[in-house]
Order: sequence, then structure tokens, then C-alpha cells
Amino acid sequence: MIAQNIGFWIIAIVMIGAALRVVTTNNVVHAALWLVVVLAGAAAQYILLAAEFVAVTQVLVYIGAVMVLFLFGTMLTRARIGAESDLNNSYKKLGIPVGLVMLVAMGLALTDSFGDEKLPESAKVVSTQEISDQIFGPYLLPFWALSFVLLAAVVGAIVLARKD
Amino acid sequence: MSLLASESEILAPLASGWFLEHAWLIPVVPAIAFALIILIGKRLPMKGSELGVLSMISSLVLAAGAGYQWIQRTNSATEEQFVEPVIRSWSWWRSGGFDFGIGQHIDGLSILVLIVVAFISTLVQIYSLEYLRGDRRYTHFFAALTLFSGGMLAMVLADNMMLFLLGWEIMGLCSFMLIGHWWEEDANSRAALKAFFTVRTGDVGLLVGISMLYFSANDWTQEHLGVSGFSIRGISAWALSGAPNSTVITIAAVALFIACIGKSGQFPLHTWLPDAMAGPTPVSSLLHSSTMVVAGVYLVARLYPVFFVGLDILGSGGNLIVVIGGITIVISAALAFVQNDIKRVLAYSTVSQLGYMMLGLGAGAWLPAVFHIFTHAFFKACLFLGAGSISHSASHHSFDMKRDMGGLRKVMPITFTTWIISTLALCGVFPFSGFFSKDEIIDNVGHNGYNLFMIIGLIGAFMTAAYMTRATYLTFFGEPRGASAGHADHGDTNDTHNSHDANASHDAHDVEQSHGPHESGLLITIPLIILSVLALSSGFLNATPFGESWERMKLWVEPRSVEVVEETHLGGPGESLIINLPSAEEVHSKSVCGSAQPETGICYAPQLNHAPFKWLKAMMSMAIVFLGIAISWILSTLLFTKRAPRLVGLTQRVKILGFGHKLLVNKYYLDVLYEKVIVRSIAYPVARAAYWFNQNILDGILHAIANSTRKISGWVYKNVDQLIVDGTVNNSATLTKSLGTAAQPTQSGKVSQYAALLFSAAAVAALVLVIINT
Amino acid sequence: MFVNQFLFLGAILFCIGVYGVVARKNAVLMLMSIEIILNSVNINLLTFALRNSSTDGHVFALYIIAVAAAEVGVGLGLVLLVYRNKKTISIDDLSEMRG
Repeated sequence: MIAQNIGFWIIAIVMIGAALRVVTTNNVVHAALWLVVVLAGAAAQYILLAAEFVAVTQVLVYIGAVMVLFLFGTMLTRARIGAESDLNNSYKKLGIPVGLVMLVAMGLALTDSFGDEKLPESAKVVSTQEISDQIFGPYLLPFWALSFVLLAAVVGAIVLARKD
Repeated sequence: MSLLASESEILAPLASGWFLEHAWLIPVVPAIAFALIILIGKRLPMKGSELGVLSMISSLVLAAGAGYQWIQRTNSATEEQFVEPVIRSWSWWRSGGFDFGIGQHIDGLSILVLIVVAFISTLVQIYSLEYLRGDRRYTHFFAALTLFSGGMLAMVLADNMMLFLLGWEIMGLCSFMLIGHWWEEDANSRAALKAFFTVRTGDVGLLVGISMLYFSANDWTQEHLGVSGFSIRGISAWALSGAPNSTVITIAAVALFIACIGKSGQFPLHTWLPDAMAGPTPVSSLLHSSTMVVAGVYLVARLYPVFFVGLDILGSGGNLIVVIGGITIVISAALAFVQNDIKRVLAYSTVSQLGYMMLGLGAGAWLPAVFHIFTHAFFKACLFLGAGSISHSASHHSFDMKRDMGGLRKVMPITFTTWIISTLALCGVFPFSGFFSKDEIIDNVGHNGYNLFMIIGLIGAFMTAAYMTRATYLTFFGEPRGASAGHADHGDTNDTHNSHDANASHDAHDVEQSHGPHESGLLITIPLIILSVLALSSGFLNATPFGESWERMKLWVEPRSVEVVEETHLGGPGESLIINLPSAEEVHSKSVCGSAQPETGICYAPQLNHAPFKWLKAMMSMAIVFLGIAISWILSTLLFTKRAPRLVGLTQRVKILGFGHKLLVNKYYLDVLYEKVIVRSIAYPVARAAYWFNQNILDGILHAIANSTRKISGWVYKNVDQLIVDGTVNNSATLTKSLGTAAQPTQSGKVSQYAALLFSAAAVAALVLVIINT
Repeated sequence: MFVNQFLFLGAILFCIGVYGVVARKNAVLMLMSIEIILNSVNINLLTFALRNSSTDGHVFALYIIAVAAAEVGVGLGLVLLVYRNKKTISIDDLSEMRG
């Protein structure tokens, strides 16, 4: 447990730092690379939460596919490789109080409801089979809906990006 | 739910059959036909209409077969035996613990309405073959008509509320499409929107009611019957079990009744129905008189136990349903007197007759009300088709009785005869069908202790007779006027007032016809003749005056309120249920079956009593009807033909009459109330509040003060000034514009600003919530 | 391990993501901030799945990943289209929707 706790705190601090860099850096490519750190950290947290399959999917889909998309997007829109001065808009000052108010609200709610409740100690790793039983059992209908969403997204992305 | 198998082993076997077991095919056929018409209809020789007619005929055959087998089934049951409905259900889809079923619930009520819907749909589609010939959206018209029939049939045989809701909404959609069939004319598309939104207002109640019933009934039904809380049968049993909380069931019943008010055009949401006459006449005949608008009545009849318990029917001297029904009868009958458009007279008459059905249901006269659905469908469909026949062949697509009709009885003998038969049926003259249903309603309402409402019913009967006589006189008697006299300016439809059906395609096929009024073709007159024969004879299916043996509807349709003891075995889904019947004394000892001892048995229908028929009462109401006809006839003759100087212009001379007339012409100012007062009083403060928020909070931070001052003055000029200058800004376009102008500055088009506003609102709301809860 | 340590991590990431959505002008960076928000939600879902020892949370986490992938695909398609038409992906310059 100690080892897991230490792991959590290290990864958490790295994630928060990386996330802050994503939203503050003046270089689009750097932001994308910091995002990789956040996503990888999230995958590590999922493993701590006994969610192996989700963690693997996270790595495959996010770090594998989504990040490549982001880098392509950056490239195709010819962002300058290097620092840019005007990546933030005039609402930057509004963003800080909004974020803080939200954090306060959520923090209050969380301490109030969960206090120092602990997670179960001997958590069994959720197997892929169990998840597939759930997906293809009671959650079949959302799965279908999701398939249509993906299909629509594929068609939509092609239609949008096509040159004609 | 395999009740049948085990039941037949223990009790007298109930006959069943292929048609009953496969009744679910009835709506499936038109649904498939709809898809085919949309896909390949335009390429077929008759442009898809043959598919519609064929599907309706096959639905009718299936429904008739099911009806025949249902009659056999009720005959095979003993006098005191509960006739088990034929229920089949399948799981439609399930998600997160909710199981939505699909299936059929076939009992006397649903069979009755199925046959009515399939029958009228068939006739109306045949009639439309001729009436809409050459229309530019001929195929789509038949597609929508077929889809409507599929939706209505599915709703009628639904075994659970989700399927019911599905059918209900399909009907609403088709109603919208068909009212706006000729949407090129602004009035038609406005009427379609009005119908859609008004009914939608009520539909909120349906959703609320269904969810309330589900969440309060589900546990009980799962435990006792093994069905979900959406099941109509389960809800009925639950409502009568004594288990439900009285407040919950009352609110649920009121919510459901609000949906019925919207759909069945009851006061105060009846305003959409007369406007819906903008649609083609076959649509008015099918949807807006005989079938779709009775959906609300059907809902009350279907879930009668919920209303019976929730609104304490029979327990008190008045309840919501009776009051709404009573008000509707009188006010809409009064409105029918000032209409010049023949279809609007019939529309208000429909509203009034729906009021009778509601009145009957609310006062515990279940069977007469349901029977009135049956008889009303025939004579009202016949009247509408008759009106269509007149406009089609005689008055050059005008529906204005005062300008373009009169003296048509000579040239249109068939239409005239069928019209007279249906009018007499509508007025409730013995031995026409209306007498056996309407008079029964009035009689039973009085019998169950609602004396005031019985008097209202009699007043309504008097008014019905009077306004129908006025309409008949204006249409068929007196001097021919306008188009029916042959001097309408052909080719210029703008000349005819209120010519809803006038459009270019009609003119095109008019050219072929001989000018001047004449009798309509066979495709139009045959449905009229069939319907009028039924208007004449269908009442004999439940002719109470002739004694018990004539009350066949009571035997076939009314559920017998016998307590059924059901014991569920603990076991798999294939396990059957055992049903025992209590002895006869046990049944009669309880006023409402089942509610006294919920643990002993399950009851599906409340105990209702029937008024014994008395000739004296019937004579009295007949006298009232004839008095109405006579007075109205004399007045009509004096007013419209002889132009008696003392009567003509009376409303201008006598102030109080003028006031009443003005009130009626303006439809009690209800439209004004809805469109000008309610919509504006809600929308204006919203606009003002949005504007205030914008001006004082956002602009103060984001923009210069000068800018906002300019806009304030601009807004004041635009709204306050306009408002003072002409107090009633009379269209919604202005409203929308001012709303838009007021909210304009928040719509900067900057996504970041939207995001900032969205998240700050969410943050503030979350903080408030957290602080309140901690 | 406390429940709250994961939930707080999720909350902090969420707020950072919100700040990013509000403050960033570059459309690609805005999409990245949205990804951070989605991941914080996933952390929450999985925490509750562990706490309640159910697998429902896993299913929804997977669905969210799939929806996020679709969202990035369409989002970047939109960004490309905007760039092609306007030669910029600055959100502030896209205010044609102004009322």
C-alpha cells in the first residue's frame, strides 16, 4: 500500500504539473508533448485503480491515435514550431477565478461526502472478460449507439476535411 | 405472462384463435406499407395509393377476424368469469435495469377501437383516391395517412405505456404533416404548428404521468404479476389493489388527463382542433373527428382504474374529468353557432361530442362513453366526408356555408340523404346510433349522482340539435348562393372565402369537370353510403331500450369486475400462474372490486353500475332535441331566407346579444389569451431579464457605458414606444425580433466568451448547491 | 489509499482543463484542454468503480475514450476546414455567429 501511495503522489504531481504546462505553454508542439505526459499519467492511475483494460485502451487510443491526430492537426495548420506570443485570448483573466471557484465547490463537496473514506484494500483487478460481459450484456444498447457515433464521426471527418 | 394456458386447464376454457394471438400484425401491415410507399410509391401505377388502401384493407380483415374471435371468447366465458385479455409481450430493448416491452393487449375495448380505426381508415383512403386526385404530394399524403393508421393501431393495442406513447407521438407527427399538407398557404402551416404545439403542451402530462406510474407501480407489479410498471394491465391492477398512495395516483391521473385535454381537444386546449380543419377534408374526417382525437378518451378508458381511484369517480359529486367534459360540451356547442365554415361547425361539434365522452368516463359511465366513440366515429366521419363532397363537387372548394352553399338537396341527393341520417344520429334521434350512446351517457351521468352535469348534457343535446339544423339549413335548403348557384368565378379561387382546399392542382383537374354543382363520383359516394348505413344501424349493437339481450356491447366490451386470485409460483419465466375465482357473494360485497382486501386477489376493472332504461327519460331528451331542431329551423328560415327585419342585425342592435356574439366570434378570446397574454407575459420578462443581466452585469464589465446607453434608448424606442403607440403588438415576429435584439450583445460569436459564461454559471450554481447542502 | 485523493486529482485536472478551454485562443489547444477534462472524468468513474466494486464505471470509461476519439477526429476536421477557409485557427477571429 505504501508503494502504491508513493506512486500515486509522484504521478499525480507530475500530471498536475504537465496539465498546467499544457494550458500555459506558448508552444503548440510542447503543449501536445505535455499532454502525452498527462495522458500517460492517467493511464498509470487507472492501473492503480485496478482497471487494466481501460489503461491499455488509454495508451492505445489516446497516446497512440489521438496524439498523432493532434500533431497532424498542428502540422497541417502550419503552427510555428517554436514559441508564439498570442495563444491566449482576452478571457484569460476570467478563466482563473472560474477554475478556482469550481475547485472550491468540488473540494467542499468532496471533503463533505467522502472525508477520509478508504478504497478497498485488496482490490481485484477487473478482467477484460468481465468488462466485455458488461458491454455486450446490459450495456449493449449504448454500445450500439456508440458505434453509430463513431461511424458518423468517421463520415463527418472525411466530409469536413475533404477538398472540393 | 402465459396466463392463458393454465387458466384454461382450471376454469371454463376461453376460446382463443389465430387472429387474437396475432393481433400485433394489425399495425405492422400499415407500417410496412408506409415504408414501401416512401421508397417505391412514386414509381407505382397509382403512385403508392394502392399500397395504402391494400394495407388498410388487410388491417381491417385482421381486425375483423380478431373481433369475431373475441366475441367467441366472451361467449365461451361464464357470466361471472373474468374474460382474460389476450396479452403477448416481448422485450423491445433494455438498458440500465429498465426493460421496455413491446406487445399486444387485446380486450373488448382495444378490439372495438381497432375495428373502428381500420374501418374508417379504409373508407377515407378510398375516398381520398378521388378527392386528392392530381395533388402534387399525392404519394406523401397516402404515406402519412398510412403511417397515421399504423401509429394509431399500435397505440390502441399497446400492452405497455411506452408503446402507447410511441403510437401517440406518431399520431401527433402525422397530424402535423397532414394539417400542413398544403403548406404553401401560410394559414395551413400556422394551423399545423398550432396543433402540434398545443397538443405538445398536453403531452408533457403524458410523460409525467407515465413516469410517475412506473416508479410507483413497478415494485408492486413486479412482485404480484411479474410485469414491469409500464404494463397497462399491471398498472390497472395496481391502481385497484389499494396499494397506491392516494396523492401519487391523483397527481398521476391529473397529469395523464392533461395529455387527454390536449389530444382530445378539451377545454381549455381545444383551440387547435377547429384550426386543424385547414388540412384536406379526408384528414379532418379521419384524424380530427373520428379517430386521432378520441385517443385521449381512449387513454382514460384504457387506464380507467387509475382515473377511477385517482380522481375518486363515483365517490364525490364532481371531479376534474366531469367538469372539463361539461364545460367543453357547452362552450364548443355555443361556438358552433357563429361559424360560417361548414367544417368548423363540424369541428366544434366534434369537440363537444368528445366532451360527452369525457363526461361519461368521468361520471362512471364507461360503457356508454366507449360506445359513443364507436357510433360517433361513423356519423362524424360521414358528416365530414359529406362536407368534402359538397366542396369537391358543388361549391368549388369553398366551405363557406353563407356564401357558397344553399339549396343543394336537389343536386346532391346522395350527399343530402347521408348528411341527414348522420345529422339525426349526431343529434341523438331515436333510432339512429347517436341516441343509443349519447342518451345512455346522459342517463348514466344522472344515475351516478352527477345531476348538474346531466342537465349540462341535456343543454348540450339541445344546442347540438340547434346548430346542426342551422348548418343543414344553410347548406341544403334555401336559395343557392355563390359557387353552388353556379356564378362563382371559375379559375379564381381567391374569390372564395376560407377556401382551405383551394390550390393550383385542384384548379387543374377542375377544368375537366362540368361547371356548376353536381353529385360526386362513386369513390366519394360509396364511403358516404356505407358510413350512413352504419350511422343508422350501429346503435343497435347496444340497444338498451330493447332489454338485456340487445346489450351485446356490454357483454363483449365491458370488462367484468371480478376479482381474480393469482398466485405466482417461484420459478423461471416459463412458470405459469394459477387463477381462482372468488364466489359470487364475495364479489358483490365490495363496491370497488379488490380494493378492500388487496392481499386476496387482483382486480382489473372497477365495479360500475348501469342506469336502468326508462322510456320516459328518453322521451324527455327526445323532446328537447326536437325542440332544438324546431326552434333552430324556424329561426334559420326567418333569418336566412325571409330575412325577417326583426331578426336580421339583432346582434348589432341589442347590446348584450352583440357582446355574446362578439365573444363567440372571437372564440372566448382564448387564442388572444394564449398568443398575446401568456406567451408575451412569459417571453417579455425573459427578454427583459436577459437584457437587464446583459446591460448591468456583462456590458458593465466588458463594454463601454456609452454603447449600452445607446442600446437602452434603442430598446426603449423599439419596445416601450411601440407598446404605448399601439398597445397590442400583434404578431410574434415583433416579439422574436425584440427578444433577439435584447439578447444580441451576449451573442458575440466568440466561443471563448460562451465557454467562460457557461463555466462561470456552472461554477456559481455548483457552489450554491454545495453551500446549501453542507 | 483514500477515495478522495483520486477524486481531488480528478477535480484539479478538471479545473485546469476548464481554464484551458476559457483561456486558449488556438483551436487545437482548446481541444487538448477538452481532452484533459475528459480524462479527469475517467479517473472519477474508475475510482467509483473500485469503491463500489462494480464494472459499470469501466464500461463508461471505455465509452468516453471512444467518444473522445470521435470528438478529436471531427474537431480536428473542423479546425482544418477553418484553416483552409480563413488561414487562421484563432478562435477569436471566428465570430460569424454573432447575433
